Amino acid sequence: PPQQQYLLGLSLQGGDGDEDFMPTHSQVQRNLERRSQDQVNQKVSELVQFLLVKDQKKIPIKRADMLKKVIREYKDVYSEIVNRAGKTLQQVFGLQLVEIDTKHHIYILTSDLPRAEGENLHRDNQTAKLGLLLIILSFIFMKGNTAKDGAVWEFLRRLRVQPGERHEVFGDVKKLVTEEFVRQKYLEITPIPLTDPPEFSYQWGPRAAKETSKRDVLRFVAKVR
Amino acid sequence: NTAMAAQMTDAHRRFLQVLMSHGIMEGSEARKLHRRCCEIHKVYYAHDKLDDFISTINSHLQPLFMQIRKGMSEGDGRAHYALVNLAETEITKMASDYTENELELFRKTMDLIILSENGFASSTDILNLTDQLKTKKMKKKEAEQVLKVFVEDKWLSERNGEYTLHTRCIIEMEQYILSNYQDVARKCNICHSLAIQSQVCESCGIGMHLPCVRKYFRAQTEPRCPQCNDFWSCDIPGTKQPIKKKK
Repeated sequence: PPQQQYLLGLSLQGGDGDEDFMPTHSQVQRNLERRSQDQVNQKVSELVQFLLVKDQKKIPIKRADMLKKVIREYKDVYSEIVNRAGKTLQQVFGLQLVEIDTKHHIYILTSDLPRAEGENLHRDNQTAKLGLLLIILSFIFMKGNTAKDGAVWEFLRRLRVQPGERHEVFGDVKKLVTEEFVRQKYLEITPIPLTDPPEFSYQWGPRAAKETSKRDVLRFVAKVR
Repeated sequence: NTAMAAQMTDAHRRFLQVLMSHGIMEGSEARKLHRRCCEIHKVYYAHDKLDDFISTINSHLQPLFMQIRKGMSEGDGRAHYALVNLAETEITKMASDYTENELELFRKTMDLIILSENGFASSTDILNLTDQLKTKKMKKKEAEQVLKVFVEDKWLSERNGEYTLHTRCIIEMEQYILSNYQDVARKCNICHSLAIQSQVCESCGIGMHLPCVRKYFRAQTEPRCPQCNDFWSCDIPGTKQPIKKKK
């Protein structure tokens, strides 16, 4: 029975955050032969669309989600589907599928294309948010890549952006910075041990590192000055 | 055009990335972007050949069931380009950022809009729909937020507390709406595309987009219905003509 065959062909791969069994490369190649080209290509298209939609909202994509919502019963050829999706994203969109967390298997899309001067790659209502983000990233960079939360908010207060008040453009600023930017992996906020009251350290998140170069930040800072 | 599908260049890819992040772009914006992309990547810029440029991209999007499609804004009549999904699979629904009850609210809002006389649904009427949601209850406050997100994401347009379908939504969902709302959805008598906002002939019931009305009657001394020839009793947009009473 095919079910039996499937189980025998699997081997356990280490370092997996979700305890799933993932087939080896040669097993994938064998499993591919049991599927029609059309079926596999269909799954590749679906995965590409899934990744694009998630990424438009800057939501990092978990492998578990890909498996559950798109790959499903094609799990036995997962690596092949992901590889082809990655190639398609590069070839058609100039986007790279990057694993930013190899333990929990979390991915983002980054652009292969060089950032163009003055280009507004983001929807109009996102521009202000990204401006704020860039200001925070510059501040952290200037502080030697890590800054205490007290210092960050004092800096923002001087720019008339306060955590307590509802800002007319950003709304709930505290939520935007400590939740949205963190969730989108632009910022990393970690508690500083043994501090009372608790203090936090702000650093660049993995998406900021991939999308923004230190040079971009310096150029931005120069403009602001 | 029997030429084989041209290769994607970085100019095409940049165009696609920018269009994708905007969701929809007005024609002149798109033409500027076309030129800029060719300049940045030192690709030959064929002036005024945006549609060819887009065809190249589309030939590569086709196996992914995606397409850059051109459509007209019902407000100003200008051409817009949008990146749309062609496949109506579970994935497009699930992969979107909306929960089940948000999608249900959207579908019900779309019903209201399509069934309305003028293509608009009031905020009050939409918020009252929250009681009828089958998937999961939603408070009115929550629904207000969801509507804001739909507007931000360019599925809906808002004007004076009333909502209609965004041009981007119309371009993407035209086929879906025409087939699922067959008896109710109107097609413009002039351009034959789906018309959400329209003027309707009181005598024979045909409908026309407002920009199409303006264009069509520009050359006429007396506004008459193209189908039944009765006086066109609606205000012609862009003119100061008084409404003539029918005999």
